[in-house]
Amino acid sequence: MGQITLQQVTKSFGDVDVIQPLDLTIEDGEFAVFVGPSGCGKSTLLRLIAGLEDITSGTIKIDGNDATDIPPAKRGLAMVFQSYALYPHMSVRKNIAFPMRMAKVPADEQERRIESAAKALNLTDYLDRRPGQLSGGQRQRVAIGRAIVREPSAFLFDEPLSNLDAALRVGMRMEISELHKKLETTMIYVTHDQVEAMTMADKIVVLRLGNIEQVGSPLELYQRPRNTFVAGFIGSPKMNQIQGAEADKHNAHTIGIRPEHIDLSETDGTWKGTVGVSEHLGSDTFFHVQCDFAAEPITVRATGERALSYGSDVYLTPRAEHLHRFDAQGLRIE
Amino acid sequence: MATQHSRSAARIMMAPAVFLLLGWMLVPLTMTLYFSFKKYLPLRGDSLERGLDWVGFDNYIRFLSSSSFWPSVQATLVIVGGVLIITVVLGVLLAILLDQPFWGQGVVRILVIAPFFVMPTVTALVWKNMFMDPVNGMFAHLWRFFGAEPVSWLSDASVESIIMIVSWQWLPFATLILLTAIQSLDSEQIEAAEMDGASVLSRFYHIVLPHLSRAITIVVLIQTIFLLSIFAEIFVTTGGSFGTRTLTYLIFQRVIDSQNIGLGSAGGVYAIILANIVAIFLMRIVGKNLDK
Amino acid sequence: MARAVTTRRKVITTGAAWAVGLLIFFPIYWTILTSFKTEAQAIANPPLFFSFDWTLENYGVVQERSDYMRFLWNSIFIAGGSTLLGIIIAVPAAWSMAFVPSKRTKDILLWMLSTKMLPAVGVLYPISLLFVKYNLLDTHGGLIVVLMLINLPIIVWMLYTYFREIPGEILEAARMDGAGLKEEILYVLTPMAIPGIASTVLLNVILAWNEAFWTLNLTAAKAAPLTAFIASYSSPEGLFYAKLSAASTMAIAPILILGWFSQKQLVRGLTFGAVK
Repeated sequence: MGQITLQQVTKSFGDVDVIQPLDLTIEDGEFAVFVGPSGCGKSTLLRLIAGLEDITSGTIKIDGNDATDIPPAKRGLAMVFQSYALYPHMSVRKNIAFPMRMAKVPADEQERRIESAAKALNLTDYLDRRPGQLSGGQRQRVAIGRAIVREPSAFLFDEPLSNLDAALRVGMRMEISELHKKLETTMIYVTHDQVEAMTMADKIVVLRLGNIEQVGSPLELYQRPRNTFVAGFIGSPKMNQIQGAEADKHNAHTIGIRPEHIDLSETDGTWKGTVGVSEHLGSDTFFHVQCDFAAEPITVRATGERALSYGSDVYLTPRAEHLHRFDAQGLRIE
Repeated sequence: MATQHSRSAARIMMAPAVFLLLGWMLVPLTMTLYFSFKKYLPLRGDSLERGLDWVGFDNYIRFLSSSSFWPSVQATLVIVGGVLIITVVLGVLLAILLDQPFWGQGVVRILVIAPFFVMPTVTALVWKNMFMDPVNGMFAHLWRFFGAEPVSWLSDASVESIIMIVSWQWLPFATLILLTAIQSLDSEQIEAAEMDGASVLSRFYHIVLPHLSRAITIVVLIQTIFLLSIFAEIFVTTGGSFGTRTLTYLIFQRVIDSQNIGLGSAGGVYAIILANIVAIFLMRIVGKNLDK
Repeated sequence: MARAVTTRRKVITTGAAWAVGLLIFFPIYWTILTSFKTEAQAIANPPLFFSFDWTLENYGVVQERSDYMRFLWNSIFIAGGSTLLGIIIAVPAAWSMAFVPSKRTKDILLWMLSTKMLPAVGVLYPISLLFVKYNLLDTHGGLIVVLMLINLPIIVWMLYTYFREIPGEILEAARMDGAGLKEEILYVLTPMAIPGIASTVLLNVILAWNEAFWTLNLTAAKAAPLTAFIASYSSPEGLFYAKLSAASTMAIAPILILGWFSQKQLVRGLTFGAVK
């Protein structure tokens, strides 16, 4: 019902090519996340799918039908904006009812859907308030409610959690994931936060400068990043990437090893280094170790609390099965 | 944010405003331009139906060489300049005063702003009769109270009178703009300067004044454009005599009183050019602001 | 300023500010006061500030002798009509410039503003000629059109700035929710823009009401608004201060009241955004 296909889609603003020729298919019911640094084109791509911007060339198909020239109102999609974009002069009830009013849904059906959405989103007590009287999280839910009642073929989320504080974000993340499980509708979600991407997605699309760097499941991207960009983008803290003599030893231009895949020892190991800044989170400890062969400090994770003093010697051993190799172009070597 | 659909709709929606203003600008302008190159004195028998004689730049030269031209330029400069100086200087002082905390700020603001909303004809007549009249005006009473001879303002000090009247009318505008500008000054800047040991005067000179310079420029430019074409105040008081005949009034008289349309139109073209020069400066500042 | 100001300083400032305020306001105050005096008392020396017989006769005389009501109606009709016409033309234009800007939008806006800088005297004759030709002299319609044209740039400008303050995402949300252009403007844009539209109407009614060039030159008896009516007092006969005051008070009272509410609009509308 909600399959979306992009074929050779490009977008330019004047002389600037924001999206390079791009092919992508999102299957019905999938939770797809567009992720990437600022300016990578993820929001633009979402807006192209929504119809809020015109495609410069290429086609967009929704459920096999060419939707390239269809205006946003008629694409059967629903969007949740970063700023929620609620109608300030309407009550919550009227906000949620608006799309149904536009679609001329009969009044009793409107009532029914509003009640059901309000119940699912814990908004029943707020139906007669105005957006100005709600908290950020509540406004977020109203925006989602407004999208749900449209019963769209796909939901589009444009960085919906960026304006919430950290604690709220974690809670809302779970609510959105549960919503997806319940509704089983396609969801396309844009974020710059790779943690959101990893925890919520069925499929992640990593974008950079208008190009798709890699498409795959979270685990695929984590275990087998296609290039150094994806390797450095997915996973927190970032994967250590080392060039030079050490990389040559493994027949690669660049080798990569994640902080959680390095063993730490005060007595012996493959690499010798000096402990720099250490970060104690209680559950984990992160050390930034300065080694001779690497220009940047190497980040190492130790589970639990581990105390090593600044400046002391330490030995690192990367686990061979988790070592990634990349060539001079930054592409993965198998 | 734009798509094909919204773009074509937008073009249609802008059309009426653009066409109307285009017409408003072009049609009378071309007519004025046309008349400026012709000899046209309807009272002396010239008529449009019979066709008008082409006189080239004759009207332009005659307008400039007329004995009333330079006096009118002087009158314009003195009046516009005088009002600008008074309104800007007093405006800055008033703005600073009104920015201070005191009781009844709202009411005082209303009192100070009020003159701007009085229609120019009322302003002019109230001042002319109830204040400046040498027999019954308030100034006359005041002068006599101090034992002096009352001044016949509008006949003996006409230019000063006009300046006074117009300044009273426009001081609120300058004050309001400058007050808005002062209030937009980030107080943290001043507090930082205070922490750095700057005195009150020094803070004013180095922080407040530069911040205000933008607003002062705007006030000067906008007021100049409007002041160049003041009309009603002169019309109902001096009628342009005693040295109050500004360029605008001179042109008005050429057209309406002497009915020398060709000459008046040439004068009008001069006025338009002058106003446009000021407008270019103003539009550049506005344009820079639009980019933000 | 979060620091407490010394009471002494506040007292001095209050005194100074009130003195200046009352001084500036005095002519208006004096006019209103004089309107309630008899003519003899109006020119009394020393001037009477309080002790006079309050009378309403001047208001009656002004209305009787010169049919003040007609001029009032003309002012209302012309100011209101030109503003309404201007709003109807300006709303779509401002919408398109605010929400579908193109590379030339800024230039078009600046050009529109520049038409307001046109000195009226430069086009007085052609306009009068056109008015005579099309029988528009001394008609409400003619004056409404002219006043609309001279204020249109300001109306468009003000609406543009107010529209720009409406978050574009809300309109996009309406589009995603299935609203066509008509529904978007009717159900979402206009309700959100009403405060801005009201402010624009306010300022423009004031500007049109006080306009004193075209209203003086293009009207005679039938369509003359209050500006022209007052101008007729410039060459009166006999004692007339009290009557002038009454006529003036009636002419300026509505706008004084409106003006008190429109300070912010004044700054926005007449400085073209160059001062925030």
